[in-house]
Amino acid sequence: MADLLSSRNLRRWLPWVLIVLAALVLPVILPPFRLNLLGRFLSLGIVALGVDLIWGYTGMLSLGQGIFFALGGYALAMYLQLNELKPGELPEFFSLYGVKSLPAFWQPFNSPLFTLIAIWVIPALVAGVLGYLVFRNRIKGVYFSILTQAALLVFFNFFNGQQKLINGTNGLKTSTARIFGELIGSDAMQRNLFWLTVVITVAAYLLCRWLTHGRFGDALIAIRDDEPRLRFTGYNPTAYKTVVFAVAGALAGISGALYTVQSGIVSPQYMAVPFSIEMVIWVAVGGRGTLIGALLGAVLINYAKSLVSEALPETWLFIQGGLFLLVVLALPDGLVGWWRQGGPGRLIAMVGWPPRTATYPALDLDPQVGAEQDQLERRGGGQG
Amino acid sequence: MDLLYDTLFNGLAIGSVLVLAALGLAVVFGLMGVINMAHGELMMLGAYTTYVVQNIFKAVLPEALFPIYILVALPLAFLVSGLVGLLLEKTVIRRLYGRPLETLLATWGVSLILQQFVRSVSSAFAIGLVVAVVAGILVPRFTPKAWWQQRWTPLLGTGSWIVTGLVGVVIASVLGEQRVFDQPWFSARNIDVTAPVWLRGSIDVGVVNMPAARLFIIALTVVALLLVNWFLQKSVWGMRIRAVTQNRTMSDCLGIPTEKVDALTFLIGSGLAGVAGVAVTLLGSVGPNLGGNYIVDCFMVVVLGGVGKLAGTVLAALGIGILSYVVGSGSLLLVWPAMPEGLNTVITFFATTSMAKVLVFALIVVFLQIRPAGLFPQKGRMVEA
Repeated sequence: MADLLSSRNLRRWLPWVLIVLAALVLPVILPPFRLNLLGRFLSLGIVALGVDLIWGYTGMLSLGQGIFFALGGYALAMYLQLNELKPGELPEFFSLYGVKSLPAFWQPFNSPLFTLIAIWVIPALVAGVLGYLVFRNRIKGVYFSILTQAALLVFFNFFNGQQKLINGTNGLKTSTARIFGELIGSDAMQRNLFWLTVVITVAAYLLCRWLTHGRFGDALIAIRDDEPRLRFTGYNPTAYKTVVFAVAGALAGISGALYTVQSGIVSPQYMAVPFSIEMVIWVAVGGRGTLIGALLGAVLINYAKSLVSEALPETWLFIQGGLFLLVVLALPDGLVGWWRQGGPGRLIAMVGWPPRTATYPALDLDPQVGAEQDQLERRGGGQG
Repeated sequence: MDLLYDTLFNGLAIGSVLVLAALGLAVVFGLMGVINMAHGELMMLGAYTTYVVQNIFKAVLPEALFPIYILVALPLAFLVSGLVGLLLEKTVIRRLYGRPLETLLATWGVSLILQQFVRSVSSAFAIGLVVAVVAGILVPRFTPKAWWQQRWTPLLGTGSWIVTGLVGVVIASVLGEQRVFDQPWFSARNIDVTAPVWLRGSIDVGVVNMPAARLFIIALTVVALLLVNWFLQKSVWGMRIRAVTQNRTMSDCLGIPTEKVDALTFLIGSGLAGVAGVAVTLLGSVGPNLGGNYIVDCFMVVVLGGVGKLAGTVLAALGIGILSYVVGSGSLLLVWPAMPEGLNTVITFFATTSMAKVLVFALIVVFLQIRPAGLFPQKGRMVEA
């Protein structure tokens, strides 16, 4: 028993106990509306995990994750539109545009099994193909970012313009659809979806952890820090980058599907340019290169957004813009990075409580020494 | 046949705006490797400057002077956007040198702030902002020097900005109680600029009917291109800019003030965005979201054109502009009614403005498979190039 409570074991199982407790207790104490919000933000955490994989670990800034997010959402929404229709019946919106027969690409979504696979395979395939075409030519850095953004805009235009195929601007509603005879928008169903989201989030976290701890993860970090060197060592960065981009796409698809059923609709707005950049800022605020930071950032920022937008809608863009500047200029490693690098200790030292140092405690407090240290670090960082 | 010329002419005009807009972006990208996401918002500032100048001419100056307001707006828009760009360079971009992805995110933050600023700026807001900034700058002057050399100085700095910021917010909200101060200057609605009479008609040249406004935009683009080209090729500072673009470290060693070159280039690039903003007002009404409509196209121009030569930017912009207009307007079908059936359906499918963008993007990705660094890549022997 004493062994079980030792600090090492405690650290191992305490988080899991807390997660299970939270998953059991929160649905009881939170009103349905707040619980639904939390579920949505958690599912956004999954797409943030993907962004963290490709940006935080591999150093590729994608501004187009919204494509894969929306593709996952659309896949599930199409199934739900078809589900529990009588044979020969069409989803309602088709009649508005005079469409008489189901477009061919809708047909497979009659099958629940196909849909469950499509939710993550279709985004992964699209990401893989797009990524391969770009990485093959060693297009990277800013070029990659703006190409993904352009791809996003293209997908947005496509989905926005095709009324007859997927209801265009209006998107597909899921809240009024039924599954297992139960309305998706009902409180009981939403509670189940919350639990499902918690389970999938944990699974996604474990997957990312497995990917980043090990040789694969080392290769990703090597690509971020010095890609030519990795190539000269005999590795093929293109393959790694394509795979990790596809994985991030799959995560985004799953996230989009969960988000869609919890918010009740999927629409081309999920592919709006600002939304995809927001995903990056969740990761940046939480701490890139740390998986827990990505989850934390997604939940925190979205919670703050919903609070601020309820109270002072006009100021949210100012706050968001300020966050972008703050996190880039002052907190490059995000909250988690700041915490891990002893940020709180430094803050306390600033107001007068010296940190415990084994030798020469005065050195840590001397502003001159601090300034020189900063300078050295900056110079080192500039070259790296 | 007339229709074909008309379409080409309109495409050329759209492409010209894109040239103007992308020119500054491309020059800055070539020099600093930095993509400025706030470039579109700098265009928007240029457009709003035109609007303000027009209103001043209407309200204050004699009517006879009204037709030339646009000529006054051009240099002013250049100046406004250029100075905002300079401020952005000095406060944000300079600190992020060598970290292009972070710069991209930071400038996106700036673009959000500029958009919301234009939407919600009112007299109360402006006064509060000015008070907060001035007070924030003055705090270190009026506090003991010793305070600014302590280990808690960073906290003091942050704290003083928070306090002055709050003072600004309080002042703005107190003034906001008054009707006079609360009125937003522009609000979130679109604004319209009335073109002067001499830009409203159209000129018939043989087969083509050329609207004067579009002709003016094309002429403006040509003049701007000639000026930029002259500046880069013939002036001393232009030579320095080219030198730093080619090899920053070496230029630095040879005594070229690279920081000044960066600042100057950014000012010029941003100023050109302002000029593009003036041109945009002649095409239709503009709003705070103006930037978003152009920025991705501008990025595509930079990607397609490469950063080696101005000609790359010009060719890419005209190509993208003309192609998306010709396909998007659907006039291809009218020009060539006897098109084969298969091609016919394809062209009709892409014959809207947004679907034309889909086609253009697909073509760009295909093109990049052949020439990954664009039409005119930077020459060099770097592994990383």
